[in-house]
Amino acid sequence: MSSNELKSRLERFHGACKSELRSARVSALVCAVLLASSAAAGFDSFAVRGQQSNPATGPVVVQPGAPGKPSKTLPPSTKGVLPARSQADVEFMQGMIMHHAQAVEMTALIASHTDNKDLRLLGAKISSSQSDEIKFMQRWLAARGEPGSMAMPGMSDMNASGKPMALMPGMLTPEQMEALRNAKGAEFDHLFLTGMIQHHNGALIMVKDLFDTAGAGQDADIFNFATDADNTQRAEIKIMQAMLEKKTSEEKR
Amino acid sequence: MNRVSSFAFRAAVAAIILFSGVSRMWAQTPGQTPGGTPPPAATAPEPAKQPDADQNPFAAQPAPPLPPGMTGSDANDPRYKLTPGLYDAGETSLGIKHLQLVKKPDSFQLGVTDPDDPKVQRLLEQLGIGGGMKLPKELQLVIAELAFSNSDLAFQGNHLFQGNFYGMNIFDISNPAQTALVTSMVCPGGQGDVSVYRNLMFMSVEMPNGRLDCGTQGFPPEPPPAAGHEKERRKPAAQADRFRGVRIFDITDIKNPKQVAAVQTCRGSHTHTLVVDPNDKDNVYIYVSGTSFVRQPEELAGCSGEAPDKDPNTALFRIEVIKVPVAAPQDAKVVASPRVFIDPRTGALNGLSNGGSHGKGDEETKPSDSNQCHDITVYSALGLAAGACSGNGILLDIKDPVHPKRLDAVNDPNYSYWHSASFSNDGTKVVFTDEWGGGLGARCRPNDPSKWGADAIFHLHDDKLTFASYYKLPAAQGDTENCVAHNGSLIPVPGRDIEVQAWYQGGVSVMDFTDAANPKEIAYFDRGPIDPKMLVLGGEWSAYWYNGNIYGSEIARGLDIFELTPTQFLTQNEIDAAKTVHVAELNVQNQQKLEWPAQLVVAKAYVDQLERSQALPADRISALRTAIQSAESSHMNKGKVSKLSGMAPSLEQSAAAANSPADAKRLRALAEILKHPSA
Repeated sequence: MSSNELKSRLERFHGACKSELRSARVSALVCAVLLASSAAAGFDSFAVRGQQSNPATGPVVVQPGAPGKPSKTLPPSTKGVLPARSQADVEFMQGMIMHHAQAVEMTALIASHTDNKDLRLLGAKISSSQSDEIKFMQRWLAARGEPGSMAMPGMSDMNASGKPMALMPGMLTPEQMEALRNAKGAEFDHLFLTGMIQHHNGALIMVKDLFDTAGAGQDADIFNFATDADNTQRAEIKIMQAMLEKKTSEEKR
Repeated sequence: MNRVSSFAFRAAVAAIILFSGVSRMWAQTPGQTPGGTPPPAATAPEPAKQPDADQNPFAAQPAPPLPPGMTGSDANDPRYKLTPGLYDAGETSLGIKHLQLVKKPDSFQLGVTDPDDPKVQRLLEQLGIGGGMKLPKELQLVIAELAFSNSDLAFQGNHLFQGNFYGMNIFDISNPAQTALVTSMVCPGGQGDVSVYRNLMFMSVEMPNGRLDCGTQGFPPEPPPAAGHEKERRKPAAQADRFRGVRIFDITDIKNPKQVAAVQTCRGSHTHTLVVDPNDKDNVYIYVSGTSFVRQPEELAGCSGEAPDKDPNTALFRIEVIKVPVAAPQDAKVVASPRVFIDPRTGALNGLSNGGSHGKGDEETKPSDSNQCHDITVYSALGLAAGACSGNGILLDIKDPVHPKRLDAVNDPNYSYWHSASFSNDGTKVVFTDEWGGGLGARCRPNDPSKWGADAIFHLHDDKLTFASYYKLPAAQGDTENCVAHNGSLIPVPGRDIEVQAWYQGGVSVMDFTDAANPKEIAYFDRGPIDPKMLVLGGEWSAYWYNGNIYGSEIARGLDIFELTPTQFLTQNEIDAAKTVHVAELNVQNQQKLEWPAQLVVAKAYVDQLERSQALPADRISALRTAIQSAESSHMNKGKVSKLSGMAPSLEQSAAAANSPADAKRLRALAEILKHPSA
């Protein structure tokens, strides 16, 4: 479809959309889609506009070349373009949601399983960041029309009993989780710290895998998120290792 | 909910999301079974709360309860509940007037999405759009988010440079209230941290989509693996055209910036800092802070992300120094990779795990193995730099700028991520920021602790940093507003230490930290959230004072221009005195010493301050004002001026007996002006 054809088709649809007769939800949706996309393309007059461009006196849009090469002038109507989305990005987010959910599950045990003040404070922080990040990842996926979980009915990620076939790197096995649930006090503290270190180290592997995949991690949100997750989890690992060392040295005393 | 049941439940929910449109479901009670299929019976005790796909993923996240002993921000502040909107949000301010918002140009917003793509429709369904005919601009923002985010600012003459993950926008600010876009430069790669020096503009690039040729296409995924090879790990091909590092542009023609050099680094450049060596006129230096992954050696020789005990040449645990010959910027290159985290006693590269703390013994339990700096502020006039380096704040001696040496390091039990630093003008204090949550999260909710995601103010004395206090935006913000301490600059009010600072969607806050132990907010501006129901990334990335105005880089909306207005906390004389300071260029992380002219307007600012702090009795304040006024109105008549000079000695005497060091300094500075005043 040429852009003129597209434009005239869109304009016809706009007329229909603006009519009072529109009632069905489906047609409203179609209208919204067309309005949104045509506005983004610059056809629609009620698009919220940024700077207007007048080639003589107004702003210019330029794109530099490689070092030493000339820059080129782009038309004022130039729109932003993003690199092609990578399936590895989607899978990273889906996997990390599952991964983070377990950390939240683990921290939820702290209140009823230990009185350790340091661990409670650490748990509060981990829980807060990880639930927040889960939300962020769910949003990222939903905004791109992707499910929040890799395992869809009919897909091979689940076996006949409905159990996930594989855990993400570092995730505690059902047996480890069971042991954690059954522990109390100092034993819980130890299992929690070793378990969460194992868990966080898995996240670092996931981030490394992401950036080791061609075409992946070019989305600014993913890039920022994965980099940030890597940095904060590294810091938390160090904190937990020190807590373990302190515990060990206290026990020896 | 245990793993198995929650997993199955999520799968069921995901199916509903995909096939029936999610908005109907959102109206249901979370946890209610969709589609009539009961979830499998739980086999283990349920955790208290599990964020899951059974919630609207766009709905805002409520804050967890405050940890014991912590307090949060003020929910009674007028900034807490402003009406939402992208361009029509409610606004409130104290001592700040908003002059203009210049919207982000169209070329830096996401373009058309194919109307035939079923994913577009699905997206709209998920957003619950359809009933109203209002253009869903948020839709574009959600998709694009960071990819077109505005970032940091730099200034030169009448031009403002606004970095963006997608390139750079350059504005004419000769009339700040009518700021106009001059040039949009498309050159993606995030995050577009920017500096300017004469005809050169520097720009940070860190993301894997960065290309030497500024192309927008990034790099393609590899074709799917052949049948039977799906599980094999394949290293991505090294890309000769990929660029991560610092770009250098010639901006002689402001409407046609030309790339003259692109200096590659192993971790790219998240931020950079311009360093001007007072003893070297031929070169400038760039300190590069890289925070992301280390690329493969096949792409850039020598890059290694190994632990330091495995590879002493690891690209972790260091910063980079680029030397830029001013007359031949094309020859710019990395000349040093200082190991600023080294333990000088053991030689360990990761030596910063016990860097000292104000945590009263907590340093044992809260070490941080810092392997990166996030941002460095240099103060060449003092030969010092303050580095905000993930787990630590560090102080560097930079008298030899190529070989910075660590003088001190601190950590903080309440800090997540040391993000940025600024010195007081006299170099006796450093303000660090903690970017808890990375800037993407709501961290100023009433239940978010006031010590988390805050500024930490340190005394600096004899090259040692000691903790004084925290400062966090006092007003609570909503749960759809990303908010945490971010970038700010000094406002050159003589006699006081004042910083204007950006808090993302928390807006702009002006803080007085003259008394390091008791920082106070003296002015602010805030808008409501972009969206009432979901957190759409936005807000002020940086808020800097430049030659009389405050400029805010708004991530989603554009560029904000403000001016200060007088209040009981800041007088017109103090604002006018700040406006006497003019600089030719401003790169905030390359901090310059502020100096004030011996003008009567500066004297009047000091008098106002001495009145506020009650350092002088009312009769002396009014005598000073009368004498200054009559010297001014007489156009500096000799007799009147000599009367002013005659008042100096008594001020010096008062200085010796002043109650606070700040008042003593003000009294002395006032006496100096009165000895040799100019109009």
